[in-house]
Amino acid sequence: MSKSNAVVVGVNGNMVSARFTGNVRMNAVAYIALPAPAGQDVVRLKAEIIRVRGEECDMQVFEDTRGIRIGDPVEITEHLLAIELGPGLLGMVYDGLGNPLEELAQKTGFFLKRGTYLPTLARDRKWHFKPCAHVGDKLQAGHGLGTVPEGVFTHRIMVPFGLVGAGEVLEVAPAGEYPVDHPIGKVRSLATGRTHEVSMMQIWPVKKPITAYAERLLPSRPLTTRIRIVDTFFPVAEGGTACIPGPFGSGKTVFQQSVSRYADADVVIVAACGERAGEVVETLREFPELVDPRTGRSLMERTIIICNTSSMPVAAREASVYTAVTMAEYYRQMGLRVLVLADSTSRWAQALREMSGRLEEIPGEEAFPAYLGSLIAAFYERGGIVRLADPNLGAAQGSTTIIGTVSPAGGNFEEPVTQSTLAVVGCFLGLTYARSYAKRFPAISPLDSWSKYLDSLKPALEELYAPGWVAEVRALQRFYREGQRIGDQMKVVGEEELSVDELVHFLKSELFDAVFLQQNAYDEVDAGPSTVRTAFALKLARSVLEHDFGFVSKDQARERLLDLTSAMRNWNLAADGSPEYERFLSEIRGALLPRDGAGRKNSPSNVSTARKIQS
Amino acid sequence: MKRIYQHIEQITGPVVMLRAKGIAYGELARIRLGDGATSYAQTIKLRDDQVTLQVFAGSKGVSTGDEVEFLGHQVELMYAAESILGRTFSGVGEPIDGRPPVQDAEKVEIGGPSFNPARRIVPTRMIQTGIPMIDMFNSLVESQKLPIFSVAGEPYNPLLARIALQAEADVIIVGGMGLKYDDYLFFRDKLAPNKERTIMFIHTASDPVVECIMVPDMALAAAERYATANRRVLVLLTDMTAFSDAMKEVAVAMEQIPANRGYPGDLYSQLAARYEKAVDIEGSGSITILAVTTMPGDDVTHPVPDNTGYITEGQFYLKNGVIDPFGSLSRLKQIVNKRTREDHAPLMNAMIQLYDSCRKVRQQQSMGFSISDFDQKLLAYGEEFERRMMDLEVNLPLQKQLDLGWEILANHFTPQQAALSHRLIEAYWPKSRIVAA
Ligand SMILES: Nc1ncnc2c1ncn2[C@@H]1O[C@H](COP(=O)(O)OP(=O)(O)OP(=O)(O)O)[C@@H](O)[C@H]1O
Ligand SMILES: [Mg+2]
Repeated sequence: MSKSNAVVVGVNGNMVSARFTGNVRMNAVAYIALPAPAGQDVVRLKAEIIRVRGEECDMQVFEDTRGIRIGDPVEITEHLLAIELGPGLLGMVYDGLGNPLEELAQKTGFFLKRGTYLPTLARDRKWHFKPCAHVGDKLQAGHGLGTVPEGVFTHRIMVPFGLVGAGEVLEVAPAGEYPVDHPIGKVRSLATGRTHEVSMMQIWPVKKPITAYAERLLPSRPLTTRIRIVDTFFPVAEGGTACIPGPFGSGKTVFQQSVSRYADADVVIVAACGERAGEVVETLREFPELVDPRTGRSLMERTIIICNTSSMPVAAREASVYTAVTMAEYYRQMGLRVLVLADSTSRWAQALREMSGRLEEIPGEEAFPAYLGSLIAAFYERGGIVRLADPNLGAAQGSTTIIGTVSPAGGNFEEPVTQSTLAVVGCFLGLTYARSYAKRFPAISPLDSWSKYLDSLKPALEELYAPGWVAEVRALQRFYREGQRIGDQMKVVGEEELSVDELVHFLKSELFDAVFLQQNAYDEVDAGPSTVRTAFALKLARSVLEHDFGFVSKDQARERLLDLTSAMRNWNLAADGSPEYERFLSEIRGALLPRDGAGRKNSPSNVSTARKIQS
Repeated sequence: MKRIYQHIEQITGPVVMLRAKGIAYGELARIRLGDGATSYAQTIKLRDDQVTLQVFAGSKGVSTGDEVEFLGHQVELMYAAESILGRTFSGVGEPIDGRPPVQDAEKVEIGGPSFNPARRIVPTRMIQTGIPMIDMFNSLVESQKLPIFSVAGEPYNPLLARIALQAEADVIIVGGMGLKYDDYLFFRDKLAPNKERTIMFIHTASDPVVECIMVPDMALAAAERYATANRRVLVLLTDMTAFSDAMKEVAVAMEQIPANRGYPGDLYSQLAARYEKAVDIEGSGSITILAVTTMPGDDVTHPVPDNTGYITEGQFYLKNGVIDPFGSLSRLKQIVNKRTREDHAPLMNAMIQLYDSCRKVRQQQSMGFSISDFDQKLLAYGEEFERRMMDLEVNLPLQKQLDLGWEILANHFTPQQAALSHRLIEAYWPKSRIVAA
């Protein structure tokens, strides 16, 4: 460990200023040494350099700064803020800096103890390495050297991402059991002639994207979430980005939790960023018990939780989203589909704001720093689908999809974080207070939300669901919008002013909302219907909307459609193939039988809703 | 090392600056004011030899020549598990009940580190309060943090006092911030019968503003000690808006750039640091927090209630003297509602739905629409529901609350109209009270 090369000259909240000698690197890690009470170890507090001016640097400290004094020694390292990447990340729970929380608890008990840092990857665990490269091979960063099994995945051990240009393999270890930090090969850079010793572990700076791939591709496939309104109306692309802004209590976290279970991704990384610890605990306790239907293994095996909750140090909260996305990029390099769920990006933005204030930078709107927009853009840019570099993998692709929640002050979307995010994401799932107050969950507004992917993913969506799918979805969106417009009008002029026909249109849009757009995240069946079932449910709903019921009165329409709504909701809750499933389905179908002559007489008033929904 | 200084260079609001050496960030100091009084102060900024202190008693009357003594430690709570029960302290932890200082106290640094999330457990127990709008309709769950959103004039302090008297908890800690003196006396007298399990940290409106900032930390530091010693602690805080305003005042004096309506940008983190102390500890006790947040201008988008809502696990709205069943939500209630009685959740939903219908009928009635026979029933039901369930004076154990629920339904509706499952009707519908359809 290098000795102290700086001393503290100022402390302001979690910002510490130090006077240094020699050179320092921006974003380098530093440690502030707290004088230890007699008989105790020195406490070293981790920090990151975020500004350099003359002989002084300002650091954000990842810990409580109480007790620091002017003159306390600071040790500034050469390294940027980085995490360890290698086998053993899956199934783990880390703080924002990559310290394993379970292991910390074993060491320090109930409470986190500042200055206690543990390696991200356990050193005492051995992995079965199988080489795939040979001595003499000319490889590049990200190319495979070998593999180890990690849960259900084949974890690729790669040439370090930092290698510039080609390197020649000088040595590869034979198959065998090794710990992550054991050397498994040597690669000599052809450019610099330097020899790199390679282990199964790499250290990578979190704020720098991993780009050891051949090329970035345009997202072309959907990432199914099993949330009906999302997968149909506002699809998320694999390798794309989405945001969920919403006031408190509108269902952001429940949405993320649901997606973390059901999303069709290989690896899910949950970044609990500045939110409640209790919510993480739910995931933590439930996931090990839940079986992932794709693999038959515990859901936890595909999950990594980065947990920097609201009472944990604010600067580490800022780091946590980068830690999450760096791990995602790492697994993407193995050809996996990775999903990052960040809840909430506003807390990260607030961490930036706090620090910006301490740095006395010129504030932008609501005191957020002027560079907020570019940081948010750069973060979401780390999502993407890529073709891997390793020629042995052919055209293999990997992806990082990012879905972030936003917690706008006062629930008002006209604030800087929401606006900056909307400018860069491909999909906007806006939660409204009105919908959550009315318990219409998920409270995603069917009218204001949008997804750029509905059109751009058309071929893949039509292959997955049915030909003509996108046009059909668009038609449903129009139908719903028109129905709701009639409903709004009704609130102003009263029901009397509406024709039966108009009222039926409104009621059908309400039915569609209740039986398709809404979904109960707490019901075992309704929470995660399969793609096949969703496609079928959509078809079924559509046949209801198109059906000419020939209602003779408004009361009759109301009553019959309410009954049908109830049958369809019950059908949503019935497990595939269960007797209830069949029972409710035949009830629904019964309501759609062609009518006898009696009802048909007043069909003129029903023409427009009975007409096929125009595609 | 020199610990006593006699030259204050700057005084702004509750913040003073002087030159001193070897001071630790956060260190506590004592200022001897000219008139013989003293005030504590906390180090909130260090820059070379300039030390900035927030003075708990405010800077009114502070002289540049007043003596400042650094005490060499952080703000501490004097903790002694048994002998602080029944005691009342100020925001800085000094006894204000006229009794001597706590003997054999252990010094506990306040605002301690975060609980390790990996050591938390999913809570399973509910805390009964005897209040139907809480127990039956929005159950308070052990380790939950819930605010009571209210406006000035609502009976939030009497409500807290009732909960303090009745709630199932081993230790009740009351943290008063900006309390009217009368309210302090009210708490003191009201809780007297329960003295042996109650501790109070009280800051009144006439006390120096900054002392207010310490109250939640003092209360929660004590709570943490009890909870880790296997006690179930209920912390009642009133009013967190006064706490936030005190922080605003210090931030302004520090010339910090405000984020929203004058409040500092770290308001969320500051509030969360306190609320997140709520915890259920594996194999030990728990901390549950109920906190009053008054909403300036009855505006829930005001930064204090808004940030609070983003932190807590639901909220109660206290409006017109009752807990509003619609906006109020305990986000954790479903965890415990399955374990109370099988009819709990369905009965609750049915009653709320009918009450909602009653509200709609009232609206229609007020707009001059004619109403049906069934509407009349809804109106009568709504009246009885308000009188026998919503009234804050009602005090019943949960089982009785549920029984009362069935009784009220049966007074107005047929089993069909109540829309509850056959099985539950069979088991719970009062046999003698079936009224004709
Ligand atoms: N899909 C859903 N199905 C049923 N209930 C839901 C659903 N989504 C949300 N809820 C209800 O809304 C409550 C709040 O949801 P959630 O915790 O996700 O809100 P949030 O937007 O994350 O709020 P905050 O910003 O305060 O974190 C839940 O406790 C639950 O009662
Ligand atoms: Mg949330």
